[in-house]
Amino acid sequence: MKIPFLQRGPHKPARMISASLLRSSFERRAVLIGAVQGGVGVLLALRLGYLSVAENEKYRTESESNRVNLTLIPPRRGWILDRDGAPLASNRADFRVDLIPERLVDAEGTIDRLGALLSLEPARIADIKDKVSAARGFQPVEVASGLRYEDFAAISVRLPEFPGVVPQRGFSRFYPTASSVGHLIGYVGPASAEEYEKDPNPLLITPGYKIGKDGLEKQFEMNLRGVPGARRVEVTAGGRIVRDLETREDVQGQPVKLTIDGPLQDYAARRIGLESGSVVVMDCRTGDLLCMASMPSFDPNSFSDGIGGVEYAMLRDDERVPLRNKVLKGLYPPGSTVKPMVSMALMQAGIDPEETVSCGGGLRVGNRVFGCWNRRGHGSVNMAKAIYQSCDVYFYAMAQRIGMQPIADMARRCGMGQEFPLPVVSQFFGTVPDPAWKMKKWGREWQTFDTVNATIGQGYMLANPIQLAVMASRIATGHHVMPRLTLDTTPKGFNDIDFPLEQVQYVRQAMSDVVNGPGTAGRARLPIPDVLIAGKTGTAQVVSLSISNGKSGPWKYRDHGLFIFFAPYDKPRYAGAVVIEHGGGSGAAYPIARDVMTYLFDPAKGLEALAALEAGWGGTAQQRLEARYAAYAAERGAGVSRPPRRDEEIFDRVEAEARRAATQTDAIAGEVIAPRPEANPSGTPPGGAAPPAQAPADSPAPAPTATPAPPAETAT
Amino acid sequence: MSTIVQRSGIIPEPIARQPWEMLIPLVLLTSFGGLVLYSAGGGAMEPFALSHFIRFGVFAVMTAIIASLPRDAVRVLTYPAYLIVLLLLLAVEIVGQVGGGSQRWLEFGPIRIQPSELMKPAVVLAMARFYETLPAGMIGSWRSVLPAGMLIVLPIGLVLLQPDLGTSVAIAFGGVVVMFLAGLPMWWFLSAMGAGIAALPLVYFFALHDYQRARVTTFLDPESDPLGAGYHIAQSKIAIGSGGIFGKGFNNGTQSHLDYLPEPHTDFVFATMAEEWGLMGGLFVLAMYALILKWGWKVANQSHDRFCSLLAAGATATIFFYIAINLLMVMGMAPAKGIPLPWMSHGGSSMMTNMICIGLLMMVNRWNREAPRRGLTV
Repeated sequence: MKIPFLQRGPHKPARMISASLLRSSFERRAVLIGAVQGGVGVLLALRLGYLSVAENEKYRTESESNRVNLTLIPPRRGWILDRDGAPLASNRADFRVDLIPERLVDAEGTIDRLGALLSLEPARIADIKDKVSAARGFQPVEVASGLRYEDFAAISVRLPEFPGVVPQRGFSRFYPTASSVGHLIGYVGPASAEEYEKDPNPLLITPGYKIGKDGLEKQFEMNLRGVPGARRVEVTAGGRIVRDLETREDVQGQPVKLTIDGPLQDYAARRIGLESGSVVVMDCRTGDLLCMASMPSFDPNSFSDGIGGVEYAMLRDDERVPLRNKVLKGLYPPGSTVKPMVSMALMQAGIDPEETVSCGGGLRVGNRVFGCWNRRGHGSVNMAKAIYQSCDVYFYAMAQRIGMQPIADMARRCGMGQEFPLPVVSQFFGTVPDPAWKMKKWGREWQTFDTVNATIGQGYMLANPIQLAVMASRIATGHHVMPRLTLDTTPKGFNDIDFPLEQVQYVRQAMSDVVNGPGTAGRARLPIPDVLIAGKTGTAQVVSLSISNGKSGPWKYRDHGLFIFFAPYDKPRYAGAVVIEHGGGSGAAYPIARDVMTYLFDPAKGLEALAALEAGWGGTAQQRLEARYAAYAAERGAGVSRPPRRDEEIFDRVEAEARRAATQTDAIAGEVIAPRPEANPSGTPPGGAAPPAQAPADSPAPAPTATPAPPAETAT
Repeated sequence: MSTIVQRSGIIPEPIARQPWEMLIPLVLLTSFGGLVLYSAGGGAMEPFALSHFIRFGVFAVMTAIIASLPRDAVRVLTYPAYLIVLLLLLAVEIVGQVGGGSQRWLEFGPIRIQPSELMKPAVVLAMARFYETLPAGMIGSWRSVLPAGMLIVLPIGLVLLQPDLGTSVAIAFGGVVVMFLAGLPMWWFLSAMGAGIAALPLVYFFALHDYQRARVTTFLDPESDPLGAGYHIAQSKIAIGSGGIFGKGFNNGTQSHLDYLPEPHTDFVFATMAEEWGLMGGLFVLAMYALILKWGWKVANQSHDRFCSLLAAGATATIFFYIAINLLMVMGMAPAKGIPLPWMSHGGSSMMTNMICIGLLMMVNRWNREAPRRGLTV
């Protein structure tokens, strides 16, 4: 090719550039570029080989972990069964929705939209927001459970809009008798951060999984828990489940079989009615605890769903402390219910039961006069009469003869001040005062008037209802009956004979006379032929006489009413105790004991009495609780403060309150106790409706004692 | 130097004279690409595989037309074509300004044209034409580089405004390869390379957009953002690595089917393929590309004149650039950027560009055949 401009171009003497030179330059440079391209090709091939051969293992694992999602299936919780195998706590299949706070993108917005979808109440939405802001990121927060399938499906299809929302099919805990078993069984809830730190089991932070928080649910957590199942699913990057790969079923937790008689427990809880108190019933032949009712209570079903602010405020503000288990954490001066026990101590110390003391209505001890509850006096009183008439002067006199120590020892032998080996989260065990105790605790010498106060179950003496029930069963049988709560523990104490038979029979007869004879609790007679109940009334003074007379005035100053009992009196089968807080006297307690025992022997008759009472009270305990909640919520609405963030805070509070209540009587321990009239002749619980079923129960029962009983109204 | 098949008498001459050494790999590659897209579409022709084949058919006709263009017409039309594409790029910029916000394409009824793609072959053509007419003696003077530089810088400037870094680099690459092959002094390139390396930090801190900077940082340290920008490359490596030697089998790729792999049908189609076909599939694809590129260089070397050889080499380099950058990216050796894999990725623009390049190569190949080389005096 001719290059016409070449000559005119810049002169480069060193090198003449020609077309052929350019052509060879092109060929050389083409080879260079081709080589570079070939090099890149080889590099790519090597890289490909490295990734797919050398690192294949690693990337295959990563691909699998992308693809496969492993989710734990929370195990179904073991059931809690009563003695006949009926569930006190079971599981109900349901649809539920939880939130994982750390996966939420817009927490407020998500909760609001969920609330609208599920039509939740504003208070509930506020509770959820509160919990989400307080929860640690990984802790699931329950939005709702027990959903209808339509709601569940509505959320499931909108999942891509709701990151952090976990809808699932699961099981929720169900307590068929609701508030009747609240204190006994406890409730379940999502594990707190502290619990997860203590037991870093991934199951605890699985949405929908709940652990026992209180009562037997907490105590038997490990038995009830079971083994979680696992589900391997193939998921897309967006989290959509493509298919199930493999599912391992969960293993349900072990059932716990209690000695509790479910229907009796429910009956007793309902029978307490408007009062605040507890009922314990034991089987004298085995030590089985048949009933441990404490009312008022909370609904463990709603607690297990996560208690709301309104409901918590209602329970907290109630002066009858529905959050406290009164069976185990209520401590009360036992009052005159200790008299059969003191009688046992007297007989063991060699006092002849037929020896009489003349009761003139009071006894001077030192420079103080201690009155009998019957100011007119009982006249000549032997041990039996001292029991069935509850004569205080007899015990003042006799106790001074033997001193405090034998009585304190006997109290302990009968169960007072003792902690029983029961599977409960905690129990208070009260006080049996004696000289050494007083010196240690208060730094003061034991005085005679301390003995005098203690013999009538006042002063420093404190016991819980379960101890009173154990005392009743030990006196009734003469054996060292140990209470048991689960059917797999062996009955204990039946080889130990505490009292000789003739002493036992003597006291049985005297206690039968309390009810069936000329005693203080004529209204406690069972409306069942051939079954005679024996018992002992007690009225415990709470505050100084200068503050209240114990029968009227502010509720919290009224006397406690107590009653210990066993039946049938000659061949004891059941024993128990009823304690009514601030019931105004024993008259609030023994009608309950009577009805509970009636129910045990004749359920139909018992229920008949209860139905009439409940008609006056406005429904069953659960119905009244729900009505109260509705009224409270309507009144306070959203204005209530938030509930405690941790369940532990609830327990600490309750524990503290219980301890404070237990020390209440310390203030009057050094005072002269003016014993309250033992019998409540009308049998009408103060503030309660007139029990219509009561009147016919009184008269037909024949008094087994020789002496015809003066009418109970005279309260001798 | 003409094809061997010419001598065989069994096959009719018009068919036999076609460059089968390139066409067979090309069709195999496109079919394989269609197969991968069939899997990426969830085991169905729709939405990817069918349109892939249709596009290939349409652009094959276009390629045939380009291949049959006469030599003189191409020489005359080169600069006007370049100018038109440049005006289209300007139009994109104007439309983008008016419409508020950046865009990269123009719409003519149902057809959507991305002028920056057209610019890649247009630059190569214009550069080849320029160096053909530049007297040999002027190589090495400022006149050899300044007009050519303008030919490259103008479109790059417009494409950068869009902003589209990947395409502007691709345009520059094609142009610079032509300049290099045109015989410009070697030390120019070496010093430009040195200056470029020195300027890298400045470019990084002042010229790049945030998202581009993020891509670079992620490339240098993939662990810094495993769920953000680094996620794409990490998932791509998982897909390729988990395929092993023979792959997980057709339609059995989990990374692509379960959406872990981003863009399984466009930028990361190679990863989709490698997951299901393994190392073997990958080597097959590499081999096909090698055959096509080898043919491209053969055409360039067989060319009779400067225009033809520079055009063929530039077109080959443009195709190579796509392949290399895409594969380096999916294997985690280059920052993630939107460059598709020729004949395998789903997408019309890149298919068009690459088919234009193939058309230009076939055109040159035909010229070579029709007018056998007559020594050095072209």
